[in-house]
Amino acid sequence: MHAAPFVTGYLTEHCGDDAYRTLAGYRARGGYEALARALRELTPSETIALVEASGLQGRGGAGFVTGKKWSFMPEKTDGPKYLVCNADESEPGSFKDRLLLERGPHAVLEGILIGAFATGAETTFCYVRGEYATAAREMARAVGEAREAGILGDDVLGSGFRHDVVVVRGAGAYICGEETGLLESLEGKKGQPRKKPPFPAQAGAFGRPTTVNNVETFAHVPHIVANGVDWFRSFGTEKSPGTTLFGVSGHVARPGLYELPLGTRLDEIVFEHARGVPNGRKLKGVIPGGVSMPILPAGQIDVPMANEFLKERKTSLGTGGVIVMDDSTCMVRVASVISYFFRDESCGQCTQCREGTAWIHRIVERIERGAGRDEDLDTLLDVAGKMEGQTICAFADAAAWPVQGLLRHFRGEFEAHVREAKCPLPASFEV
Amino acid sequence: MIRDETRARIDAEIARFPRKRGALIEALRIVQEDLGHVGLDAAAAVAAIFEISIVEVMEVVSFYNMLYDAPHARHHVGVCTNLSCALRGSREMLRQLEAHLAIEVGGATPDGRIHLGHEECLGACAWAPMMRIDDEYHEDLDLESAKRIVDALD
Repeated sequence: MHAAPFVTGYLTEHCGDDAYRTLAGYRARGGYEALARALRELTPSETIALVEASGLQGRGGAGFVTGKKWSFMPEKTDGPKYLVCNADESEPGSFKDRLLLERGPHAVLEGILIGAFATGAETTFCYVRGEYATAAREMARAVGEAREAGILGDDVLGSGFRHDVVVVRGAGAYICGEETGLLESLEGKKGQPRKKPPFPAQAGAFGRPTTVNNVETFAHVPHIVANGVDWFRSFGTEKSPGTTLFGVSGHVARPGLYELPLGTRLDEIVFEHARGVPNGRKLKGVIPGGVSMPILPAGQIDVPMANEFLKERKTSLGTGGVIVMDDSTCMVRVASVISYFFRDESCGQCTQCREGTAWIHRIVERIERGAGRDEDLDTLLDVAGKMEGQTICAFADAAAWPVQGLLRHFRGEFEAHVREAKCPLPASFEV
Repeated sequence: MIRDETRARIDAEIARFPRKRGALIEALRIVQEDLGHVGLDAAAAVAAIFEISIVEVMEVVSFYNMLYDAPHARHHVGVCTNLSCALRGSREMLRQLEAHLAIEVGGATPDGRIHLGHEECLGACAWAPMMRIDDEYHEDLDLESAKRIVDALD
């Protein structure tokens, strides 16, 4: 089971406590009181307005305003509406949703139920990535407990509201974290993203109006309903309110999860919370939000971790997966690992992505081997530029950005590989 | 091909979805648990249950890493080689496991005990290097502990 965070906040303060995983333990700490309050005191549209006013942004990478997303769901329909909990966490460097599913499944479930009440959804599909067997089991156990206690089913907490949750497991494909790839997979197909429009709120799962939210996003919702907008906005920045879970990995003395307000500076996360770079090494670079997000060199990590600030440095918060690299690290090898991943996980339906990810990996790999050519660096940027914004989903962008970031800040290292026809950093990690 | 008990489990899955087809991936997982992999005969049987073509079943099997269209060893040992694990020595660990088991990545021991593979990020980045064995995670590994865990597999 996932280790509890080193620094906790409202999302994770009880996650170190095993009893919190059970319905009784969750209720003993105030669990399901926010749901009861929403059902008793709020209408669905008031619930949406409250969450929208809180400014909560989706925590799955894109950062879209959750309340706004909920408001896209049609109010009256001639059939069922669905909610999807996206538990396909697969962004390399991210491991926060797994903690919430394994150590606080009822908190996620309470957020789901409030979301379902707000959007009028009759069923939620909780899509858990295939490798997260423990998380899927914990979530299914929590759903069973809630059903037995009348928190799920035909009469949620005696309110007359009807809802059920179906836990579904994926089978190993990064692209199923993309919301329409997920919907395809949920329907028993290859997870190839859909062309939009129609958007999921019009025609999503099984052709019905659907809203897809990330696990952590749901976990914030009960706290907003229980404590109000002003309380929620007392954390984080004006544009990016609330806390989030930063997962820190790589070359740090204390890798782990840290729940901190959005806007916490990246250098504070790396040096104070994660205790800096060990073994007498110096910091070289940090990826701020999972491998899709462009790297920042050591000199540029004095930046608040919120999209409005990270944007100025041409990167983004992504999923909050902070990957730290010391000065032994070869950045061409970093590019090789990342580009291999995207080549492997491209679903193959768009030419720019299928061919582009393969060419980027092939070129990076030959540069690392010492077989690079003078024109290779410009070719990489050319290929990356032709993938961005040209495909059905954002996967191609996510594959282009890290290469662009590495060349923006470490171009000299790529040039040295080509010039010297070998890797100038032989002590770097192996690929 | 598909035992009554397996068929009953598939039917229970189908009942959880608004459309039958939604249960296909779970049905394939169930069949694979029973048969070890999803070959053409099994795919044909599943296709009949779902009233779709065999090719529709096989394109799903081939799309997902955790579904196998050919016989697979009893235990799947997958070492994460994505960035956070690579920075902390997962490639060396994988290389040592190859030598220890005398097989290459992507291959299986001749006795059908272990398939050794590499995996993309499994969401255990702070406890790198790590590996997945079937449905279990093994974290904070070093060369010795990885070998010990693999040796203990039946």
